[in-house]
Amino acid sequence: MKYSVKEMSLPISKQRFKHIWNGFLSDKLAVLSLVIFIFYCVVALAAPLIAPFDPYDPQFMDLENSEIPPYWISGDDRFLLGTDAQGRDLLSTILYGTRLSLSIGLLAVIIQAGLGIFIGLTAGYAGGKLDNFFMRCADIQLSFSTMMIAIVFLAIFQTLFGSDYYQQLAMLMLILVIGLAEWPLFARTIRASVLAEKQKEYVDAARIMGIGPMRIMFKHILPNTMSPLLVIFTIQIANAIVAEAALSFLGLGMPVSEPSLGSLISIGFSYVFSGAWWICIIPSATLILLILVMNLLGDWLRDHLNPKIYKD
Amino acid sequence: MALLDVSNLNVCFGLKSGLVKALYDVSFRLERGERIALVGESGAGKSILGFSIVNLISKPGFIESGSIKLDGKELTSLSNRQLRHVRGKRIAMIFQDPMMTLNPVISVGIQMVEAIRSHTPMSKKDAKKIALDRLAQVQIPSPELRFEQYPHELSGGMRQRVIIAVAMILNPDIIIADEPTTALDVTIQAEILELLKHMCEVCNVALILITHDLGVVSRIAERTMVMYAGRIVEEGPTLEIINDPQHPYTQGLLSALPQMALPGQRLNQIEGSMPSLMNHPKGCAFHPRCKYATEKCSNAQPNYIYSGISTVACYMVEDMLEEFSEYRDL
Amino acid sequence: MLIFLLRRLFQACVVLTVISILSFVIQDSLGDPVRQMVGQSISPVEIEKIREEQGLNDTKFEQYTRYASNVLQGDFGHSYFYKEPALDVILKKLPATFELAFSAIVIIILVSVPCGIYAAIRPKNILAKFLMFSSTIGLSVPIFIVGIFLLYTFSIELQWTPSFGRGDTVLVLGIWETGFLTLDGLSHLILPSLSLAIALLPMFVRLIRSEMLEVLHSEYVKYAWAKGLSPARIYFVHALKNTMLPIITIGGIQVGTLVAYTILTETIFQWPGMGSLFLDAVNRVDSPLISAYLMVVGAIFVISNTLVDLIYGYINPTVRLASHGL
Repeated sequence: MKYSVKEMSLPISKQRFKHIWNGFLSDKLAVLSLVIFIFYCVVALAAPLIAPFDPYDPQFMDLENSEIPPYWISGDDRFLLGTDAQGRDLLSTILYGTRLSLSIGLLAVIIQAGLGIFIGLTAGYAGGKLDNFFMRCADIQLSFSTMMIAIVFLAIFQTLFGSDYYQQLAMLMLILVIGLAEWPLFARTIRASVLAEKQKEYVDAARIMGIGPMRIMFKHILPNTMSPLLVIFTIQIANAIVAEAALSFLGLGMPVSEPSLGSLISIGFSYVFSGAWWICIIPSATLILLILVMNLLGDWLRDHLNPKIYKD
Repeated sequence: MALLDVSNLNVCFGLKSGLVKALYDVSFRLERGERIALVGESGAGKSILGFSIVNLISKPGFIESGSIKLDGKELTSLSNRQLRHVRGKRIAMIFQDPMMTLNPVISVGIQMVEAIRSHTPMSKKDAKKIALDRLAQVQIPSPELRFEQYPHELSGGMRQRVIIAVAMILNPDIIIADEPTTALDVTIQAEILELLKHMCEVCNVALILITHDLGVVSRIAERTMVMYAGRIVEEGPTLEIINDPQHPYTQGLLSALPQMALPGQRLNQIEGSMPSLMNHPKGCAFHPRCKYATEKCSNAQPNYIYSGISTVACYMVEDMLEEFSEYRDL
Repeated sequence: MLIFLLRRLFQACVVLTVISILSFVIQDSLGDPVRQMVGQSISPVEIEKIREEQGLNDTKFEQYTRYASNVLQGDFGHSYFYKEPALDVILKKLPATFELAFSAIVIIILVSVPCGIYAAIRPKNILAKFLMFSSTIGLSVPIFIVGIFLLYTFSIELQWTPSFGRGDTVLVLGIWETGFLTLDGLSHLILPSLSLAIALLPMFVRLIRSEMLEVLHSEYVKYAWAKGLSPARIYFVHALKNTMLPIITIGGIQVGTLVAYTILTETIFQWPGMGSLFLDAVNRVDSPLISAYLMVVGAIFVISNTLVDLIYGYINPTVRLASHGL
């Protein structure tokens, strides 16, 4: 009932891809977003190579260097973006933080996508009771928000494991919790696509030729659902990064010794009152820009890959 | 003076790829209490013509040129605010699908009362009285009960009756009915048409019936206009047109009617399909499908001439008339 | 209606059971309760005696049923930190969180509905484009950064508003501490409720706009124009009523997000509500308090879902409550 045919998308053929790519190149905002996003990815990948200091190395925590403002204020050219309260170079911690945030986001969404695609394909293809059961689960899961589920579970883990042990596991826990909490979005989209594709003749033809259901799903149906998947993938990574940042800000995520962007902001927040604004503001701006370009890219993809709008 | 006088109406759609013309120089007149039918295939521009009279063409469509006069008053130059007092009050509309026309979350009664009260200041009580009267007039049993109900609690035929009641509610001069029975069950189509005709006769309301069903036309309309690709190709009294169609397109339409085929015979059909708005052919738009087409047809658009039966835009008819008059002169 | 209420009751039971099991697991795996009670200097024999008295040697299932029956009576045990019944501690903080969330919801409704409608009615207008652009940016700014930004600008730099706490409160009806009735309380409320609202606003503006756009293209709206109704009536009665239906459903789903966001907001503005209490409880490993908070949140979910369904059923005549909702 909810999933009408108009939600479906056309398969990305080569020609259509070219058409879309040309459209993309003519949209300056979209190109700029992609360039910035790629920049983030490169920087995150190369963080250990380009960062002036290693923030995980306690040797570089020198309290004498603490709370130095950025270069354009202090004139201290050792620390371009200043230092935090423990004397760590802010530029280096931000580079490493971006790396952490992006990897947590990416890995969490890979878990979401894997689980969602699997459940969506199964539910859509099998139909009947199994389908009903999975979709009911999805409804329930969506009605409690991701953030709430994540906060509750991380809080419980932290209580159970004790915070020292928890901090070692933080990254894994974050990825798992964020990854497991958001599968319904993928599952529903895939299921809707499968239901629409299932009625088409080529699937019947494939079945008559004796091709097994797994092969039909992965070889024939999945490729036709690539465009909605791509849209969700982009936006979900942004959401996962925000969720990770929020959890870290609450102290339920990455520890201070191994800060992600969220924990950097959390650390910086305590120094806002004392006037050391840069410890908080610069990581915040980094995070906002990253989320913004990902959302813009997601919006662009949604507007141009979604046949509902593509038709007009 | 005619009640409604449309002359040289041109309607365009402003698309990204440029202007696309939907109506070409449409002219016609409608007298008080007269019932005319607009016939043609889907996409011929019938509905666009109907909607453009009250300037309700969906975006990006707009009236490019031409005039629409109601009682001698120009409608095309009116502001939206002024047009609002024409819509519903002087020209009412009936839409195709009664399932989609009524607002699902507002009760039938309120949708009737609001139509009255937005044109004439009146207490809710008085408006309700009028609404109940109208519901009774369109033969809805227990109007009091229906008044309180929501659209989903009514059957399709019942809803179309409600919509006719709404159209009649302010005694308009003209009703434009856009395929009023297409979405209904065949069994109730005749009932609704009969009701529509009856209401128009009783209240002396003029009717513009938009339809693709020639069977419907003969039952209701005194005059018929046949449209093809945004242009009126033939216009005249309904009976004459049905008995002796002049334009090859009208002939084709009539011979395609299932009643026209003998048992066991294949149904006739017009070869090809109507051109889309985007690639409107040069000359007479029908010439690619016309078995009488000559070179002349593909070069220029024929003018309207009176054939003695109907007014037609066709070179073949023109030539025949010329031949005939030459023959008579001899 | 009866079926609907029974379904809700069933839902409430499920939530209650799940949370009580969770709480039991937390409590059960946290250290040795006997040591916490009596300290170190006690012989193993006596410990065994106390364990027997406390029923700690029973099967897990017996322990759980005992725990669950206590929970049913609202007894989550005493908070380790406050030395008071955990539920009382939580409920004392409920008014603060409720007032914060309530003000945010009011702001969201008052701002998002007109903005969304305007952006849908005049999509080409500069103001509408500005609204849409700022909502894209707004979507990308996480709530805690909004909070920090507001706090930094208005409390620290401009010093227009107080930066933390709830200000003066008045006790109403003997149980409810309200900040609505004092000027000081209201001035403390502005920034937290604003940042909570701003976090959810962009989403709602965009949703209302896109739903409204779809409704405006519908046949019944076109028919309403053909009836010659006034634009105000068409936009605010015919279109808005239909637009609100999906928005109400999604609004109901967002209750969870709202609760999660109150935790963030309360942390930033040191708002003395349930959320910050919960975080403190997590840091202090105060498990009765954690359990009580979870239970209250579960109750909020059930109540808000029921409310949303009732409102939805009231606006949409085609829906029968019995077959709607989870």
